[in-house]
Amino acid sequence: MTQLPGLGTQQDFTTRSGHRVGVITYRDGRFELIVSGHEDPDAVAASVALTTSETSTLANLLGAPQLVAQLTEQQREVTGVSTWQLPVTRGSPYEGRPLGDTEMRTRTSVSIVAVVRDGAVHPSPRPDFTFTGGDMVVVVGTADGLRAAAEILDNG
Amino acid sequence: MDTAVSLVELGAVLLCLGVLARLASRVGLSPIPLYLLGGLAFGTGGINPLANIAPFTHLAAEIGVVLLLLLLGLEYSADELVTGLRGSWLAGVVDLGLNAVPGALAGWLLGWGVIGTVTMAGVTYISSSGIVAKVLGDLGRLGNRETPVVLSVLVLEDLAMGVYLPVLTALLGGVGFLGGFTAVAASVAVVSVVLLVALRFGRYVSALVDSPDPEVFLLRLIGAALLVAGVASQLHVSAAVGAFLLGIAISGGTAVNAARVLAPLRDLFAAVFFVVFGFNTDPAQIPAVLPTALLLALITCATKIGTGWFAAARQGVRRLGRARAGAALVARGEFSIVIAGLAVASGHVPGELAGLAGNYVLLMAVLGPVGARFVEPVARRAELLWRRVAA
Repeated sequence: MTQLPGLGTQQDFTTRSGHRVGVITYRDGRFELIVSGHEDPDAVAASVALTTSETSTLANLLGAPQLVAQLTEQQREVTGVSTWQLPVTRGSPYEGRPLGDTEMRTRTSVSIVAVVRDGAVHPSPRPDFTFTGGDMVVVVGTADGLRAAAEILDNG
Repeated sequence: MDTAVSLVELGAVLLCLGVLARLASRVGLSPIPLYLLGGLAFGTGGINPLANIAPFTHLAAEIGVVLLLLLLGLEYSADELVTGLRGSWLAGVVDLGLNAVPGALAGWLLGWGVIGTVTMAGVTYISSSGIVAKVLGDLGRLGNRETPVVLSVLVLEDLAMGVYLPVLTALLGGVGFLGGFTAVAASVAVVSVVLLVALRFGRYVSALVDSPDPEVFLLRLIGAALLVAGVASQLHVSAAVGAFLLGIAISGGTAVNAARVLAPLRDLFAAVFFVVFGFNTDPAQIPAVLPTALLLALITCATKIGTGWFAAARQGVRRLGRARAGAALVARGEFSIVIAGLAVASGHVPGELAGLAGNYVLLMAVLGPVGARFVEPVARRAELLWRRVAA
């Protein structure tokens, strides 16, 4: 963590591709995502101001794939089973309804193993877990079952 | 009748300043040079001297200095000051050496005595943290790797002001070398104690002025600042330093809120301060000091770029970033004028000092932002040229 005296703090790291990626947290609570250019890694090529809800959306987008990757790795030996991440979009029939309403296990034999919300992972959600728009649902099952699960979350 | 004329004059001056500030922000420059020019036009020997508002502007300018320094103190937390001191003290020493010496030499060669020498050293040393921070923000460079380096150099200059101003005040008060030495020791001690208090007990100091009601908060802040400044002035430690130390002692969320509440007032009173500085500068002296100011500007542009280059190189920043760091630091502004203003008001330095300092800041406040903007293409071309020569 680097201090930016008078402004806030900055945290960054360098990617394998040579870009510096980081976040500036201003004293007044604003966030800014920064990405450096390739030619001049000291300079910022893009800086994007983010609101608190936007940062959690971004964390969701980045957090869910990582969980899926881990689960896929663990299930490599079990043939025919794979892990997907499915979004509960705003306007999905299950937005604001409990997980039990989807009857996912009965209808598709697919298991919901986790829900990622605001960048935080909620493992093994119970049937009374209520979905909100923007949730990322991590499901494990057969290819056919997963396709059916995606259909259910989208159209009921 | 008299009040009516004063109000009209004051209103006209402020309106003019508003137009000038708008103009400056249009072209992306600091309004300070335009305020100084405005002051020159309306002041002693100018095209239209305004005498009726002198009693108000005199006090308003004093308040402007107090608010400038109070906000400077509020800008950085005690924690940031201590971290800056620990991490970048060498860059701070280089900064001081490279940038104070040209001013000191100028003051000495012009025969302005010890006080003139010390004053000019301060004028060329201190960068304008206001202009630098604004330029970095406007150019989207806050995320750059050299930016923390630039900011920590500013932090150290900030701390140095806490020691420099009491010394200058002591010298202006007519004490000898020994007195100056005592002033240095005393101010270092006081700054250390205030830092310690701010680190350990900052929240108590903050609690003294803090209030959820913005009106109460504002009155307490201004009251405390003027009181501390006045007492400090009585004790010959300079009003500005009192306000500055109060700013350091106020910390955390209170400091952030205080800065937000005070910023518009600071802008108003500081603008009056710059105009008054212009008022008190005789335009007739400007042609005589212009060559010196130009030479000094060129030299201290180079020395600030050297400072930034050195400081950024120590943090492993590449050449282009080092050039950016150097160019960002070039701007001088409000605090150079504060220093020159203190010296001129005491009457211990010749009037030309005001002319030279004013001219110098005019040049540097314009050169700084322009340089920061165009340093990248220039540095790129220089690097290409260098490679071609080397190959």
